[in-house]
Amino acid sequence: MSTVVTPENLVYSRPAAFTDTPTHYCPGCTHGTAHRLIAEVFDEMKIADRVIGVAPVGCAVFAYNYMDTDFVEAAHGRAPAMATGIKRVLPDRIVFTYQGDGDLASIGMGEIVHAAARGENISVIFINNAIYGMTGGQMAPTTLPGMKTTSSPSGRDVELQGYPIRMAEMLATLEGAGYVVRRSLHDPKNIRLSKKAIRTAFETQLRGLGFSMVELLSTCSTGWGVSPVESLDWLEQHMIPAFPLGDYKIAPSVAALKV
Amino acid sequence: MPRELWKGNEAIAEAAVRAGLEGYFGYPITPQNEILEWLSQRMPELGRAFVQAESELGAINMVYGAACTGARVMTSSSSPGISLMQEGISYIAGTELPVVLIDVMRGGPGLGNIAPSQGDYSQIVHGGGHGDYHPIVLAPASIQEAVDLVPLAFDLAEKYLNIAVILIDGSIGQMMEPVELPEMRPVVRKDYPWATNGALGRKRRVLSSIYLEVSIEEEVNLRLLKRWEEIQQNEVRFKEYYLDDAEIAVIGFGTSGRIALSAVRAARAQGIKIGLFRPISVSPFPARQIAELAGRVKSMLVVEMNAGQMLKDVQLAVGNRAPLEFYGRLGGVVPFPDEILGEIQRIAKEPPSLGGNPAQRWLARMTAPKK
Ligand SMILES: Cc1ncc(C[n+]2csc(CCOP(=O)(O)OP(=O)(O)O)c2C)c(N)n1
Ligand code: SF4
Ligand SMILES: [Mg+2]
Repeated sequence: MSTVVTPENLVYSRPAAFTDTPTHYCPGCTHGTAHRLIAEVFDEMKIADRVIGVAPVGCAVFAYNYMDTDFVEAAHGRAPAMATGIKRVLPDRIVFTYQGDGDLASIGMGEIVHAAARGENISVIFINNAIYGMTGGQMAPTTLPGMKTTSSPSGRDVELQGYPIRMAEMLATLEGAGYVVRRSLHDPKNIRLSKKAIRTAFETQLRGLGFSMVELLSTCSTGWGVSPVESLDWLEQHMIPAFPLGDYKIAPSVAALKV
Repeated sequence: MPRELWKGNEAIAEAAVRAGLEGYFGYPITPQNEILEWLSQRMPELGRAFVQAESELGAINMVYGAACTGARVMTSSSSPGISLMQEGISYIAGTELPVVLIDVMRGGPGLGNIAPSQGDYSQIVHGGGHGDYHPIVLAPASIQEAVDLVPLAFDLAEKYLNIAVILIDGSIGQMMEPVELPEMRPVVRKDYPWATNGALGRKRRVLSSIYLEVSIEEEVNLRLLKRWEEIQQNEVRFKEYYLDDAEIAVIGFGTSGRIALSAVRAARAQGIKIGLFRPISVSPFPARQIAELAGRVKSMLVVEMNAGQMLKDVQLAVGNRAPLEFYGRLGGVVPFPDEILGEIQRIAKEPPSLGGNPAQRWLARMTAPKK
């Protein structure tokens, strides 16, 4: 290996802010993609030694195994409250939460809305895979109408089980939010756009411009019952129409940032 | 420092500020609002962190996060809010973090009322959260004692990486008494070897209460229990009154202990040989001292503002060493010294015998048709 890979021809390597740890995610799961993007942004911004991450309850419960930064592990849904506590006593550190849709949009709805409303200077990476991955594929608040899950076996019946929640749109209505966007992880172009958004979210925090959140549409082939490749197509065909990609809140001060 | 007239809640809040409180996170609930209100002014003016959280869930998890950085942090609430905080309390215990919690108890169950009560004893002392953990719980009987216990609560929490609770009821929170507040201590951020405050110049740290490997989780539990044993060895606190020649011992904590003291003095004036044992640390519980006391007296009376939650701990300590009676008022009713005196006179006249269930006998008396 060492004779083949030289600094001159090296085009891809593990980000410095990544630990050398085998993944626990299912094959093809885009949680891993999101992790890598965050680590790359930490490298580019050279902030890993100032970061304190808050891991969620969900498949990303072990996010702290992969990122080479300080980390704490929150109770289910409470990551934004924990992040608030950390940021308020250490305002010059970079604090972020990494949360799934069950964590953020169901049990933790109160915490996320109020963190955004207070304009907490934290960044939130929100992994929307329309399902409860970790507990075995139950219906999430973001599960699409008609979508089959282990707790909506005949498909989500909106008459009985209500409608999916669009978090980016909702949080964008709050004054405290400086930067709220939705991106997707289903192909290279969108992955690049996702990374740019993650960078902007952390720049927003670094400059004290308020709450920032990047919602990332993500796959869960295991929970959806399809192959990893099919899951990428399924995301594009079904999730993007229900959760349109876009910039929902870019405060003027954030728009002026050059990223 | 001169003695000044202070409201309980405000004095406790100011004592925390002077003990170097760096972050407070809370949610309004009567009868503890003055703690939050006082700190909403004091903390920002000192450049320290204050957040009125969206709920007690939010508050306890903000405290959890802030505690992870090694900062001196506190929250406060009252019974229904404490019920909501139990999730976070269990996580904080599982992560082995120092946190101070003030519980200003009110009548319950449910929404209950805002009158003074001691109905949170069980949920605080014996843990309303899941898993095996023990908070340190200090129960002052006056504002001065509360103010004195606040810095101690921080010190104990930090020494043992444990939750420390100041357990009072609405009357101590709401009343005014002359108190001497401590001097302002400077804020010192300790450099704990576990604090997650950014990995600048060191290896990264992770704080978590998750141990998927059951054998490791068991080890953590055993470590917590060994530490608790140490706390039981070193941190039992109590106060004794007139017990030297006493034939009857009254046991009560916090406000019920204080009211019982008035009754004990009145009984002494009538020639009854009686004294009071007032646990200050209800957790660790002064079980050994109470057991020893039981060997010296002819009978004991436990007085509480609940249905006998501490009584169970007393029973465990006393065993068959002395006959026990119980007197409690519930739902926010505060007993008058005369009621307790009546119980004392009854016991002095017909000393109870060993055995039976004191709480059951009390309930029968409480619910008997009035003559
Ligand atoms: C208080 C509490 N309730 C329920 C659970 C069980 N639980 C663990 S993960 C999870 C759902 C996570 O789903 P999501 O946030 O969408 O994350 P994903 O696994 O899909 O990434 C639930 C309900 C828990 N750990 N704690
Ligand atoms: S269950 Fe779904 S979200 Fe969880 S690791 Fe597997 S694919 Fe990813
Ligand atoms: Mg999910």
